[in-house]
Amino acid sequence: MKNVLEHIVILFSGDSGDGIQLTGSQFSGTSAKMGNDIATFPDYPSEIRAPSGTTFGVSGFQVHIGAKQIYTPGDRPDVLVAMNPAALKVKLPLLKKGATIIIDDDAFNRSGFKKAGYNIETLNDLKELQNFKLIHAPITSQTQKALSQINLDNKSKRRCKNFYALGLCYFMFSRNQDTTKTWIKEKFKGNKALIEANIKALEAGYHYAETIETSTSVYHIPEAPLKKGIYRQINGNLGIAWGLMQAAEASGLDLFLGSYPITPATEILQELSKRGDFGVKTFQAEDEIAAICASIGASFSGALAATTTSGPGLALKSEALNLAVMLELPIVVVNVQRGGPSTGLPTKTEQADLLQTLYGRNGESPLIVVAASGAGDTFDMAFHAARLSLEHMTPVVLLSDGYIANSSEPWRIPDFKENYNHINTNLVETPYKAYKPYARNKQMVRPWAIPGMPFMQHRIGGLEKDYNTGEVSYVPENHEKMVEARAKKLDLVTSNIPKQTLEGKGQGKLLIISWGSTYGAIKTAVNYLQEEGHEITLAHLKYLNPFPSNLSDIVERFERILIPELNKGQLLKVINAKYHCNAKSYSKIQGLPFTITELINVFKSELEHEK
Amino acid sequence: MKNNNCKAKDYDSDEVIRWCPGCGDYAILSSVKKVLADLGKKKEEVVFISGIGCSSRFPYYIDTYGMHSIHGRAVAIATGVKIQNPKLSVWAITGDGDGLAIGGNHFIHAIRRNININILIFNNEIYGLTKGQYSPTSKLGLNTSTSPNGTLEKPFNPAILALGAGATFFARSTASEPKHLYEVLKRAESHCGTSVVEIYQNCVIFNDGAFEDFLGKENKENNTISLKNGKPMVFGKEFNQTLQIVNNNIIVGNKIEDAIIHDEKNLSQSLLLATLDEVKPLGVIRCIDDTEYATSISNSIENKTQKTTSELLYSGATWRIN
Repeated sequence: MKNVLEHIVILFSGDSGDGIQLTGSQFSGTSAKMGNDIATFPDYPSEIRAPSGTTFGVSGFQVHIGAKQIYTPGDRPDVLVAMNPAALKVKLPLLKKGATIIIDDDAFNRSGFKKAGYNIETLNDLKELQNFKLIHAPITSQTQKALSQINLDNKSKRRCKNFYALGLCYFMFSRNQDTTKTWIKEKFKGNKALIEANIKALEAGYHYAETIETSTSVYHIPEAPLKKGIYRQINGNLGIAWGLMQAAEASGLDLFLGSYPITPATEILQELSKRGDFGVKTFQAEDEIAAICASIGASFSGALAATTTSGPGLALKSEALNLAVMLELPIVVVNVQRGGPSTGLPTKTEQADLLQTLYGRNGESPLIVVAASGAGDTFDMAFHAARLSLEHMTPVVLLSDGYIANSSEPWRIPDFKENYNHINTNLVETPYKAYKPYARNKQMVRPWAIPGMPFMQHRIGGLEKDYNTGEVSYVPENHEKMVEARAKKLDLVTSNIPKQTLEGKGQGKLLIISWGSTYGAIKTAVNYLQEEGHEITLAHLKYLNPFPSNLSDIVERFERILIPELNKGQLLKVINAKYHCNAKSYSKIQGLPFTITELINVFKSELEHEK
Repeated sequence: MKNNNCKAKDYDSDEVIRWCPGCGDYAILSSVKKVLADLGKKKEEVVFISGIGCSSRFPYYIDTYGMHSIHGRAVAIATGVKIQNPKLSVWAITGDGDGLAIGGNHFIHAIRRNININILIFNNEIYGLTKGQYSPTSKLGLNTSTSPNGTLEKPFNPAILALGAGATFFARSTASEPKHLYEVLKRAESHCGTSVVEIYQNCVIFNDGAFEDFLGKENKENNTISLKNGKPMVFGKEFNQTLQIVNNNIIVGNKIEDAIIHDEKNLSQSLLLATLDEVKPLGVIRCIDDTEYATSISNSIENKTQKTTSELLYSGATWRIN
C-alpha cells in the first residue's frame, strides 16, 4: 500500500567522492519533472577529496519535495541515505525523531566504524539508533553483483553504487526512472559500458526495494499546485548568469564578464564562458583586482560589464569599485557571500558582507545594493541589477550567497516579451560638440560616450572633477558639491525601484524585516504563525540601497520589529540608524541557514513577550 | 597607411600640462603624438589608460579617449578596453612604481596573453609623485627618503622580466632622444601583440642624473648601442666597438667581423642583450609574431551565430505544468 505524503525531506550523504551531489540532483530533478515543488541544499566539505570514510569528508545533499509549494529544503530530514558510518555520524543529529535511515551495509564494518571515529563493532552497539527506522541494503556488493557481466574495472563498477542507492529511493518514493536514464545516456555518450553499468545499477536498486517492499513503506507525493507554464531547474549561480545575459540582450549591449575563480561564485564564470555563441565575452583574470578592472575597461568601451566574486574577492575589488563610483560607469558586481571573516567557511553560507558592500570603500561612496531572495529570484535580480546600473550609470552590487548559489528549485521560465525585453542605456547615440562627461540629466545621470565615437574624446579618472566641466578640480566647495551630487543621484534611484511589499497586514504587533536567502524559511515561519492567528507581517527587502520609498512608513506602523539575519545584525544597524525604530536582531552565524522551527519559536516568543 | 590628416599638435588637449620643467615626460608626450599623427590614427580610435604617478597624468594632455585610473591597474583596465573593442589603439601609460611594483602582476599577465596594447613604462627609477622613495628599479644602495642608508633591494630588470613573461615585443628607449623614441614607439604601435617599451626618463627633482652613466653626453656613444634588426652590433665614438657572443656570454670586443647580427626573433640573443649592463642596448630587443589575445576572443565568438537567452532557457531539460 502506498502512503500519500504532502511533503518529505530526504538527505543523501556519503563520502565526497561517492557522487552524493549527483544522486541528490538526480532525485530532485526527477521530482521536479514529476510536478512536485522542490528545494535542495547541498552541503559539502571544502576539501575536494578528504580521506575516505572520515567525518570531515562527508558530503550531503538535502532535498525537500512537496505536493504543496515549499520554500526551504526542510529543517530536519525524514529520510537519511548513509553510504558510510561517517555520514551516519555527521548527519544523525540532524534527523527528525523516528526518521528512516537507509544504510549501505557493506560500508558499516570495523574499518568503516574506525575511520568514522566510532568505537563499536556493529551497528547494534549504537544505542541512539533505537529511535530510528533502519533499512539495510548491501549497496556496494549488490551493485558489483549486478554489474558482474559488464566489461568494466572494479573501481568503475563500485562508483556506480550511488545509482543503486538512487534506484532504491526511486522505488520507495514512487519516482519515475526515465529522466535519470536519459541523463545517463547523455552524460556517458560514447561509452556504452558506463551507460549500461549505471542504468543497471539504478534498476538493480529499484528492484531490490521492490523485493523488500513487505518490510518497508512506499510513499507517494502527488503533484504540487504550481503555476502553469514551462519549467526548468535553476540554481542561484545559473540564474545570475542568465539574468545578465538577458539584460545584455534587452539593452543591446555586449556582455563582458571579468572574473577570478572563487567559491561559491565560480559557476557563474563557468556558465558564461560557455556562452560565446550568445555573444558573451568572459575574461578569467590573474586576480580579483584585474577582474574588476578589466570590467571597468570594458564598460568604458561600452559593454554591459560584470564581475563575480565572494567576500574576500570583494575586499580586493573595493578600490576599483570605488573608481567605478567616481567614473560613474555602469558595472554589476555579484558577491556570492560565504562564511567569513578572511577565508572563513568557503563552502558555507552567511550574510555578513552587507556592511562591507554598503560602506567598505574610502570616501563618501554610495552605490546601489540589491539582494536576491532565493535561487528562483536570481534571474530577475541580476536583470534588474544590470538595468539599474545602466539606467543610472553607477556600479550595482548584487548580493547572493552560498545557499542561493547551490540550492536549486523548479523555475517557471518567464515571459520575455512582457517583462525583460528592454533596458534604456545612457549611451550617446549621435556625437555632439562640447561633450561634458559629467553633465547630468534630471536623474543626475551622466551621458555615456564610448571610444570610437568621433568628437566625443574625453578623459575621466579617479580624481575629483569639476561639477560643470568634468575637468580635474581640487576646489573645496566643488568637492562637496560633487559628493552631494553622487549621493543625490543614488537617492533618485528610489523612483526606479518597486515599493516594498508586505506579506500580512499593513500594521500590527510584529514586523519581521529580512533580506537575502533567508526568505524561504522566514516566509514559511511567518505564514505558519499567521495561520495560527498571530499578528505578524513580513517585509522581505530586495533593494538595500536605496531602500524602497515606503519603508519608513511601514516601520512606523508596527509595535515591534525583528530582523533575523545570518550575521551579527548588519541590516539591523542600517535600519535602526536610518529609521530610529529600535528594531531587534535575531542572529545566527553557523554557516547554516535558519530552520523554520527555530524561527517559529523565536517569532512566537517575540509575540508573547509583548503581552 | 594614413586614414586621417591629424598633425601632432591636433592631439593637444586643452589641459595645462603640470609636469616639472625639464621632466622627460614632455618629450615622451610629443613623440607619442607624432607617432599617432604619422600612423594616421583618428583621435577617437585611441585610448590612453594610466595608473597613478607622474607618468599617469599623461591621458589628460592628449585629446583622445582616456582614463586616469588607480594605482597599478592601467594594464588591467586597458585589457578590458581592448577585449571589448579590438579595433581601438590602446595604450597603458605607467611607471616603474605603478607598473612594476603595485601593478607587477597585471604587467606579466598582459604580456603572457599577448593582448594588443602598448605598455609604456616611464622608468625614472624613483617614486616621483610621492616625493622620492625608492622604486623596484632603483639602483641597489640608492639613498632615498625611505632608504636613508641606501636601498637593500636589488632592482628589477624590466627587459628580463618582460622576456621571462613571454614578451613578443620589448624595446628600450630614452626620453632624452626623441627621434629614437619616436621610431621605437612607431614600431610598438605597429606590432600586433603586447608591446612593452621601457623609456628611461630622468626625474630632475628626485633622481636627477640616474642615467648619466650611459646617457650623459660624454658617455652615450661608448656606453649605449642602438639596435637595428639584421645589422651588426657596432657602436662607440669611433664605431670600433662590437658586441660578440663568446661561450654563451655577450661581451664587448673590437673585431667588426665578429659582431653579432641583431635578430629580434632570437630569444637567447634577446635575453643576453637584456642582461647586458656595461653597454645599454637601446631599440627593439625582441619582436616576434604570435597569436593575439583580443582577436582570439572575438573570433571565438563571432564565428558562431548569436542566439537569444530565451532559446537557451527553453533548451535542455524543461517540463510543462498545466
